[in-house]
Amino acid sequence: MGSLFRSEEMTLCQLFLQSEAAYACVSELGELGLVQFRDLNPDINAFQRKFVNEVRRCDEMERKLRYLEKEIKKDGIPMLDTGENPEAPQPREMIDLEATFEKLENELREVNQNAEALKRNYLELTELKHILRKTQVFFDETASEYHEILANRHSQLTTTFSSRPFKYENLRVKFLNRCQMADSHREEEQLNLLEDGPRGQQQQNLKLGFVAGVILRERLPAFERMLWRACRGNVFLRQAMIEAPLEDPSNGDNVYKSVFIIFFQGDQLKTRVKKICEGFRATLYPCPEAPSDRREMAMGVMTRIEDLNTVLGQTQDHRHRVLVAAAKNLKNWFIKVRKIKAIYHTLNLFNLDVTQKCLIAECWVPILDMETIQMALRRGTERSGSSVPPILNRMETYEDPPTYNRTNKFTNAFQMLINAYGVASYREMNPAPYTIITFPFLFAVMFGDLGHGAIMALFGLWMVLKEKPLAAKKSDNEIWNIFFGGRYIILLMGLFSMYTGFIYNDIFSKSLNVFGSGWKINYDASTIMDSKALQLDPAHDFGRTYPIGMDPVWQVAPMNKIIFQNAYKMKISIIFGVIHMIFGVVVGLFNHRYFKNTMNIYTEFIPQMIFLIFLFFYMTTLMFIKWTKYSASNPDPHSAHCAPSILITFINMVLFKKSTVLTEACETPFMFAGQEFLQKVLVLSAFICIPWMLFAKPFIIMQERKKQQHQPILPFNGEGQDVENSGAQSVPPADQSQTGGHGNEEMSEIFIHQGIHTIEYVLGSVSHTASYLRLWALSLAHAQLAEVLWNMVLQNGLKTGGAIGGVAVWAIFAFWAVLTVGILVLMEGLSAFLHTLRLHWVEFQSKFYSGLGYAFQPFAFESILEGGGSSED
Amino acid sequence: MRICGPKLSLCGLIISVWGIIQLLLMGVFYYIHSVALIEDLPIEEHYKTPSEFYAAADRAYSQNAMNCWIAALIYVVTLAVSTWQFYANSRASSVN
Repeated sequence: MGSLFRSEEMTLCQLFLQSEAAYACVSELGELGLVQFRDLNPDINAFQRKFVNEVRRCDEMERKLRYLEKEIKKDGIPMLDTGENPEAPQPREMIDLEATFEKLENELREVNQNAEALKRNYLELTELKHILRKTQVFFDETASEYHEILANRHSQLTTTFSSRPFKYENLRVKFLNRCQMADSHREEEQLNLLEDGPRGQQQQNLKLGFVAGVILRERLPAFERMLWRACRGNVFLRQAMIEAPLEDPSNGDNVYKSVFIIFFQGDQLKTRVKKICEGFRATLYPCPEAPSDRREMAMGVMTRIEDLNTVLGQTQDHRHRVLVAAAKNLKNWFIKVRKIKAIYHTLNLFNLDVTQKCLIAECWVPILDMETIQMALRRGTERSGSSVPPILNRMETYEDPPTYNRTNKFTNAFQMLINAYGVASYREMNPAPYTIITFPFLFAVMFGDLGHGAIMALFGLWMVLKEKPLAAKKSDNEIWNIFFGGRYIILLMGLFSMYTGFIYNDIFSKSLNVFGSGWKINYDASTIMDSKALQLDPAHDFGRTYPIGMDPVWQVAPMNKIIFQNAYKMKISIIFGVIHMIFGVVVGLFNHRYFKNTMNIYTEFIPQMIFLIFLFFYMTTLMFIKWTKYSASNPDPHSAHCAPSILITFINMVLFKKSTVLTEACETPFMFAGQEFLQKVLVLSAFICIPWMLFAKPFIIMQERKKQQHQPILPFNGEGQDVENSGAQSVPPADQSQTGGHGNEEMSEIFIHQGIHTIEYVLGSVSHTASYLRLWALSLAHAQLAEVLWNMVLQNGLKTGGAIGGVAVWAIFAFWAVLTVGILVLMEGLSAFLHTLRLHWVEFQSKFYSGLGYAFQPFAFESILEGGGSSED
Repeated sequence: MRICGPKLSLCGLIISVWGIIQLLLMGVFYYIHSVALIEDLPIEEHYKTPSEFYAAADRAYSQNAMNCWIAALIYVVTLAVSTWQFYANSRASSVN
């Protein structure tokens, strides 16, 4: 048997590797990807293994690479992906790599730290610049008032800061008025204070101070309220927004800030205000009182900002250079490090032998690939310069080997569909090869439309033709990856749908008249003009059968088109279903024969076949008889109205009821002579199959067990012990193969198991046959939906007529096209796909497939690199 | 100059190609008086005489054929615009 129909034959091997050669050999095996290693120290935790240090070093290297990658991505530098696959480096190269990464990381960290410090400095200076600029405005605003006061009082005060308290009080009155405090008591107090103000100014004993700073804009309202409450309204806050966003040096985000200045009176308030500022994370800056000082300071700040800008630019350049250099090699380094890590991880699964000179591994290997593996091992030994060749030993085991189905890019998607249900048991018949044909076909029966099929096929074809560039893109979009993974399925589904669409004569719900309709109208003009609907009689108005597919005239017969199509589609659904299920049972026969389950053939396969064929295949035979024997042009016993209903005939057959004659002229309710007797025989023999399936196998097992219990008494005639030994040895395998895995089960369990199995099969045959009717239902739904879409959308454009007709067609066609793809191709396609999947998983595979195996997961660099190294953890 | 994004221009491109092919064919089918398309004609439900019906149907057929071809022609324009936009987008993305 070819490997397509069953999984590969596997064997458990023991591999002896010399310590020095182990690394190179495992590296070669990883490139090959045909060996699945078993963990020989499952009870030792990850930290106690031999190569834990190396794995940890690799982890560290990977962390550094990830850090580099993050920084490179942050700067938007393109990473070179040459697609080359460097070999796993020698262990001694690891030190070089480590040193390189260490150096790079340190350099980068240093640069980043410097840049951050510089940026923080820069931010502070910018904030100070803004403060100086904005506070200038605050002070200027009050300058005029200040001059007024000066004039009034004839004071000799110069324009120094000592005059500010006065202005401040004035401002505060304004502020308070704006606030309109409800509390009258407090208002009184304010007034008192207000009176105090000028007095204090006169006495020169009140020292008024101020602080200036910067705060995040969103914190400002809370800050203001807090200040007001904590200082009982005795401070005055002015603020102005900084329009340009500032860059936060710690995370590079843009933040919006506001400048504020707070005036207050006395030291106590000062400490309080400072506390509040601290609490709100406001940064305070020293702000000189004299305008000239401020101007001078602003100048100083500006020059320092410029200096900083140059330094920052240089730092950025340096960082960019470092990253660009790293980006060239990053992918390569990642691959190397991941390979090293994978090798050491695998070496950790091995056993050390007593002499510490060699490592012992156990692995599952496909028998066909033994040669290639031997070659790879030899290559590895040569590379490491070791003289002792590695030894690959086959081992005997009773364990179930893993299931390995060799696939290519075409069969892979189909195998995935099967594996999604369950991985086949070892060497079980693999349904995937049949699925390649049946899956697209059953899908197409539901999705039959030439137009929609063409869209799907073109999409699939595009993906297949552009396979390599599309695969190289490695998109993260999950939906796209699903589509791309199933590109061959989509292509086949599209092609098959085009075929069924041609048979249904459906293209976007319209028909193609390729060969000319076989129907002709024999009514005269007056009849046609007078009657609303006319029926064509197939006996007279039907010339010839349409050569292939449905006659296009059905499309313009809205009265009975669906009735006609239903009869046709329901019948073909059942026919396909029954054939599909019989095929499933036959595949089961190959399983029984391969596993030498002769008993299963007699106790399960034969009664199952009889049950299915005598009842359901007989029904499909009746359909063919009805199609061929009855015709509208035939004379009476075989005319159209004498054709018996298949469903009624079948129900009557199973219930042993007498069928009634349709009309006198038809003479008999049966299609052929002796049908009644034949049906009785068929039903009775089908019913006999039920107890056959139910009891035969458990009874045979019971008999065999009794015989076995008697066996030990037998070796009287032989030489005693010797024969007993051989007898004991030969019994277990025979027992296993004969009972098909029921080896040590209790008798009652075998009965229950068989009972469930039988009931499942008998009821399943009925319900599964009915389940195939979904082929008809979905196909009907699809055709109707397509028709509704055409009539409701595109017809509006086509019926517009007149001068704007062309534009209307243009606009509405686009709308119709989008809906066609969205609803009919995507959604209906998905629904048909899921129903097809169900028909395969439940209706087909339940007949033979146990799916209890576990998948072969070879140690391969390819899959490890694809999974981004995460599969190793 | 970019007006529409890469996705919209691709969508326009595909619909235009599809529209040109299908509408050209539909125009041909209308032109040869295909019975399958009779339900999509701008004609009345009832006519007094067959000749009246035939005249109306003939007129409607040729008019719809013209309309389909006009729509196909507009799709040629749409195709040109979409192609131009598509290349403008792909050039812009390759430059950046």
